[in-house]
Amino acid sequence: MEPAEPPVPPSALPKPAPKPPAPKAEAKAPPAPPGPPDQAPPDDLARPDYLAPLEQACPGGVSQVSYWVGDWTLIVPRDRLVEVATWLRDTPESRFDFCSDLTAVDWPPRAERFDLVYCLYSVPHRRRVRLKVRLKDGEAAPSVTGIWPAANWFEREVFDMFGIRFDGHPDLRRILMPDDWQGHPQRKDYPLEGPGELLLEDPLEWLKLRNAAREAEFE
Amino acid sequence: MTDPHPVTATRTPVQFDTDELVINMGPQHPSTHGVLRLILRLDGERVVDADVVIGYLHRGIEKLSESRDWTQIVLLTDRMDYVAAATNNLGYCETVEKLMGLEVPRRAQYIRTVLAELQRLASHLVWLGTHAMDIGAVTVFLYCLRERELVLDLFEEYCGARLTYNSMRVGGLPADLPVGWDRKVREFCDIVDQKIVDYEQLLTQNRIWLERTRDIGVISGADAIAMGFCGPPLRASGVMRDVRKDEPYAAYEEFAFDIPVGAAGDTYDRYLVRLEEFKQSTRIIRQALDGMPEGPVMGKVPRLIKPPAGETYHAIESPKGEIGFFIASDGKSLSPYRFRVRPPSFCNLQVLPKLVRGHLVADVVALIGTIDIVLGEVDR
Repeated sequence: MEPAEPPVPPSALPKPAPKPPAPKAEAKAPPAPPGPPDQAPPDDLARPDYLAPLEQACPGGVSQVSYWVGDWTLIVPRDRLVEVATWLRDTPESRFDFCSDLTAVDWPPRAERFDLVYCLYSVPHRRRVRLKVRLKDGEAAPSVTGIWPAANWFEREVFDMFGIRFDGHPDLRRILMPDDWQGHPQRKDYPLEGPGELLLEDPLEWLKLRNAAREAEFE
Repeated sequence: MTDPHPVTATRTPVQFDTDELVINMGPQHPSTHGVLRLILRLDGERVVDADVVIGYLHRGIEKLSESRDWTQIVLLTDRMDYVAAATNNLGYCETVEKLMGLEVPRRAQYIRTVLAELQRLASHLVWLGTHAMDIGAVTVFLYCLRERELVLDLFEEYCGARLTYNSMRVGGLPADLPVGWDRKVREFCDIVDQKIVDYEQLLTQNRIWLERTRDIGVISGADAIAMGFCGPPLRASGVMRDVRKDEPYAAYEEFAFDIPVGAAGDTYDRYLVRLEEFKQSTRIIRQALDGMPEGPVMGKVPRLIKPPAGETYHAIESPKGEIGFFIASDGKSLSPYRFRVRPPSFCNLQVLPKLVRGHLVADVVALIGTIDIVLGEVDR
């Protein structure tokens, strides 16, 4: 007979994770605001060197600066986006010449429900920054395809998935979904089950049908 | 009797109909590497313009992830770039670790690096084989897939799967290395180093290969950056940009390796850059195996993975280019609030219309091969 294994001492069990590097007090303040916390940078942290010249060149172009797990985020008003983006690309201190990613996040209860997120990278300086633009439903964003041609397909994808229009985009069509698709799948209120467009036309009718089908399944 | 149609010395040139022709290529075309559809506008045999139609493989992985918990998403990332599943796992796990501030043990970092580089070899082997076969060199395809089998065997021994590995976890790795695995990896590296010489003999100085790839799809470094080219195609245009060097992740900081950079930015340079990456990958693998530290392969991770509210973007160098993950967490639910992948194939495919303009229809096939796309990743 094999000897029984010794019981695992409680100290060997996995311990809770180390504390995240963010102050928790702000995130916990009730009621929690819908949307990301956008933590302010700690006071003892040096701000990136392009920030002061940017604020000088485009006063009011950056409404908020945020820092979280090593990433800097600049929150930019919608009408200043092209100006700030052009400055960030062209000025020698910043030279954010590579548009790494462009996407959106939907935070529905908020009035400005969409966050457009631009992930930029500077090839000469080897650093990143994120721009964030807040949009209301139905509001169009200025297109940055004139600044970074790489944004062309990204903006088409955001249009396809979120229904955000881009002013000045050369070819704003759906890209991943079929051309005749109804609705924008990445929105948080997009139905996750059921016959998509039928549900959008008359949700109650569809709900009755589904409940009847479920009852039949139980019997 | 006079000839009603006298032959004169100055004949009026025959007027051909010179309308542009629109043809469809794909989505079921053997050289589109999946379901990619191109609408080509032709002037004779020359391509005037191209429109790329994608989305045939769209499975909604980003939307699906919003209703899966953090550990289940590793499985979904396998299904994006199924030729290089381990790098997708690595990118996702590192992003969640960054969001949670988790420490990963050093041994796990080393093993992750070995897996990522093996994956790069496997992916580049598939690329070289299919690219050469598109142009007409079928032998290379058979050779490359033969060597790729060896990588798949190594992965099978490590994690039990040959294509969709699920080989990493948030905070570390699911298992330590099998006994004797590192010896097999070393043997494999020796084999690859020998076989590269074979491929080079078959292709590098081959006249047909040179005719088909030189000066085809030239793009300058500045254009490549602006258009969002990434990975080996960007480096072939002379831009020194590699996430492994610029923003080191896993254990890449501790190894010596070179980043091959091209000059001309044509299809031939993209071929040379990737061929050199084979050698650099085996170099990294050997260093990692030599310096493999002892210790656990799983860090201290809470039972319930639930990152605090916040969002982050993290990128790594996949075989295709920069694969980035943008993840937003609301700090309350057990799944990400928003999960976004920056797919390198998607960004590289965007440049295709620019590359094919002015080239022959036959070159379109070569150019689809040279940017190395996987449609599972383009469409997600």
